[in-house]
Amino acid sequence: MAKKLNEVDVVLVGMGWTGSIMARELSKAGLNVVALERGPNRIPGEDFTLPNIRDELRFSVRQELMQDPAQETVTFRHATDKSALPMRRFGSFLPGDGVGGMGTHWNAQTYRFLPSDHTLRTDLTKRYGKKKIPDDMLIADWGVTYDELEVHYDRFEKLCGLSGKAGNLRGEIQKGGNPFEGWRSAEYPNKPLKPSMAGVMFEKAATELGYSPFPAPAGNMSASYVNPEGVRLGACQYCGHCERFGCEANAKSSPNTTLLPVLVKEPKVEIRDRCYASRLVYDKAGKKVTAVVYVDLRTGEEYEQPAGMVFLSAWVFGNTQMLLHSGIGQPYDPKTGKGVVGRNYCHQIQSAVGVFFEDKELNPFMAAGSLGMVIDDFNGENFDHKDVDFLGGGYIALNSTNGRPILNRPVPPGTPRWGSEWKEATAKWYRRAASMNCQGSNYASRGNYLDLDPTYKDILGRPLVRMTYNFTDNDRKMSAFLTEKGAGIAKAMGATHISANPRKGDFDVVPYQSSHNTGGTPMGTDPKTSVVNRYLQHWDAHNLFVLGASVFPQNAGYNPTGAVGALTYWVADAVVNKYLKNPNHLIKA
Amino acid sequence: MTEALPRRRFLIGAAAGTAAVTTVGAFAAPDIALAAPEAAAPEAKPETTPTGQVATAPDYVPEPMRILTATEAAFITAAADAIIPADDLSPSGSECGVVTYIDGQLAGAYGAGARMYRAGPFSTPQQGAGEQSPLSPLEFIRAGISAANTWVKGKYGKELDGLEPAQVAEALKAMDGGKAEFAAIGSKPFFNALLQLVMEGYFSDPMYGGNRNMASWRMIGYPGLPATYADKIETYRGKRYEVEPQSIADFS
Ligand SMILES: Cc1cc2nc3c(=O)[nH]c(=O)nc-3n(C[C@H](O)[C@H](O)[C@H](O)COP(=O)(O)OP(=O)(O)OC[C@H]3O[C@@H](n4cnc5c(N)ncnc54)[C@H](O)[C@@H]3O)c2cc1C
Repeated sequence: MAKKLNEVDVVLVGMGWTGSIMARELSKAGLNVVALERGPNRIPGEDFTLPNIRDELRFSVRQELMQDPAQETVTFRHATDKSALPMRRFGSFLPGDGVGGMGTHWNAQTYRFLPSDHTLRTDLTKRYGKKKIPDDMLIADWGVTYDELEVHYDRFEKLCGLSGKAGNLRGEIQKGGNPFEGWRSAEYPNKPLKPSMAGVMFEKAATELGYSPFPAPAGNMSASYVNPEGVRLGACQYCGHCERFGCEANAKSSPNTTLLPVLVKEPKVEIRDRCYASRLVYDKAGKKVTAVVYVDLRTGEEYEQPAGMVFLSAWVFGNTQMLLHSGIGQPYDPKTGKGVVGRNYCHQIQSAVGVFFEDKELNPFMAAGSLGMVIDDFNGENFDHKDVDFLGGGYIALNSTNGRPILNRPVPPGTPRWGSEWKEATAKWYRRAASMNCQGSNYASRGNYLDLDPTYKDILGRPLVRMTYNFTDNDRKMSAFLTEKGAGIAKAMGATHISANPRKGDFDVVPYQSSHNTGGTPMGTDPKTSVVNRYLQHWDAHNLFVLGASVFPQNAGYNPTGAVGALTYWVADAVVNKYLKNPNHLIKA
Repeated sequence: MTEALPRRRFLIGAAAGTAAVTTVGAFAAPDIALAAPEAAAPEAKPETTPTGQVATAPDYVPEPMRILTATEAAFITAAADAIIPADDLSPSGSECGVVTYIDGQLAGAYGAGARMYRAGPFSTPQQGAGEQSPLSPLEFIRAGISAANTWVKGKYGKELDGLEPAQVAEALKAMDGGKAEFAAIGSKPFFNALLQLVMEGYFSDPMYGGNRNMASWRMIGYPGLPATYADKIETYRGKRYEVEPQSIADFS
């Protein structure tokens, strides 16, 4: 029997970017917030320090900061006619764990989505007609527009202290920025990072080809920065240990470096780490949730924490699992197309173009998680799809993220994997190779979805999330197109060898692709096709809000977190200024 | 036990060929290892050639194994030295400490199956769904070595560590290509797991027992720690940044 605790105003499940922002905003509004986080607390000055933070084996290969698959994983199959098998180790994506979540160990490439990404179905229909969108492509409008979100994008960027260059200031195109981006009310808070050698070469080649290269928007501080919360971030050292690591210099924006220093001093916020939420208590008739049940992992004891409001901030799989396991909302059924929970599951169709230069010294280890040059010419609706047989696109970037040798030592195609020839090639090319990243969109498809696995369980005894997912023809065509454009830039850079690898065949859970999983609890305007409304409020429980990329109806050709941050501030604003005044459904279903 | 003795000799003999180690009896190895701790290394700073490559081999002393049997250690030694052969670029895999590294990993949490979802039911792997072995990494490698030696013996008349280097490479190539027929464990998944461990041992920080003297970092020109380049990324743009590498121990 769960021990019942005293009611609090707010319970948050998960303490990554979304949980941290919400905890801050709601406590500022005077509410008492309890945050449940299944992983440990993480304090940069203690957990991330030199020299041990430079341990590639521990953090990158053994993935110490990530979710432990022994506790919880997902099962996977390509299609409904197969039985799913558990991911016994994480590979293609790396879920976070602990206070700060994935934001502790991300790369911090922080983009805004294009205005058209927020109104995708409407825009595509307007531009190409209804027929261009395949029947089984479940793309949708978000229900909230870019113009409405702009101020919130701006807030997240200032919280992070992003380094970058605006391309569109209040409608005026700026030289050196991304001319395709939506309008912005302000310049980036920090100037761009110093580009790498490979970045300079990419910029030159892209310019020659008539594209518009710009510096990747970076949550790595080009200079020390004090954010609006009064927290100081350090200057980036270009150490090349962002992704999968914490930052010892506090120079990477993360919940731990931007918000937690304030939250730990806030008496209205209580973070219960090592507390694993198992389900929500749902009052179906009253259309609300009443409590969160969790297990304190230090004792094994179960508690019921009553709450006035509940926010799911447990990332894509956690959010979806919590709703399915608690019986809130109708599970999606790909056969009938009915139901909503688990719908619109997407990932990122990333591909790489390796470039090798006989006569160049690139110093790949002088790097930062978001140190890159980018073109956006082939992203989303930035180019005309009238004459191509696919929808979507993505940015193409040359990111100098790291030269860590266990996992990053490219050799030209055709080189053996081991032996003398491999050694020679590794010694020769390690310093002379770089990689371009084609960040392809992934438009939702009827057959790709999440539900509960009938066989496998997590340590709490709950069914694991079952992922049914594969690339679609649209994805493969889009990837071939984008990768080809990347190879064109590689050629213009004068590369000695080029290894272009578009996504082909079937999805595979082993090689790392990105942790940009999205969907499962899509937002929208129609409760028949979405789980939450435009304020990320659950259609069937007015005091339940779902945060994070699980609400994306489809994934755009960008890393997701800029949009995730903006949406979180948007929800906070709606809760504080609308919901608290009249705690009910903000939109009538 | 009687089997073990010649195998240990093989290990030490192989080392003595390239490094300045006086051959000693198998059971003296632990003492040697204790008497020559890593801390002695700074004195023996290797001379780097103008291209930054290693001129001298690190002092290689075979160390006592924590968990691998002599047969297993001999197999891994032979494999590591074919995967990373000694040449002008670096000493061999075993000389770089790869066997010690793998033994340490398999004896610890990783070998015991930490951070793996291990609940059943089990089924054969499906394309795209990742490895599904019910075994811990330690037991997987053990079963793999046993299957590999059986196959190698059937084909060449001896176990892997008894073969000529060219034959070792040939046998491993067959496993790499999935062409070696093992009972139960596929030769390709086994080889993949072994290759991954060898590369980890070769390239990881030396504190895990491999990458002795930072031989692999010297080979490729990876400077290691502290990795603070804010004042260097512009000055060295297009120019080689060449320094004596440093590891975690140098800052501890
Ligand atoms: C290696 C890596 C690199 C990345 N690089 C980038 C990048 O460059 N740009 C970009 O935009 N994005 C990047 N991302 C993705 C980015 O980190 C995420 O989009 C973002 O941090 C997600 O924030 P979140 O709050 O939604 O979820 P999370 O940060 O995942 O937080 C969810 C938290 O909930 C906790 N939790 C889950 N279930 C429960 C439960 N039942 N009970 C209690 N707690 C629970 C988890 O432990 C976790 O701490 C990267 C991710 C990774 C892993």
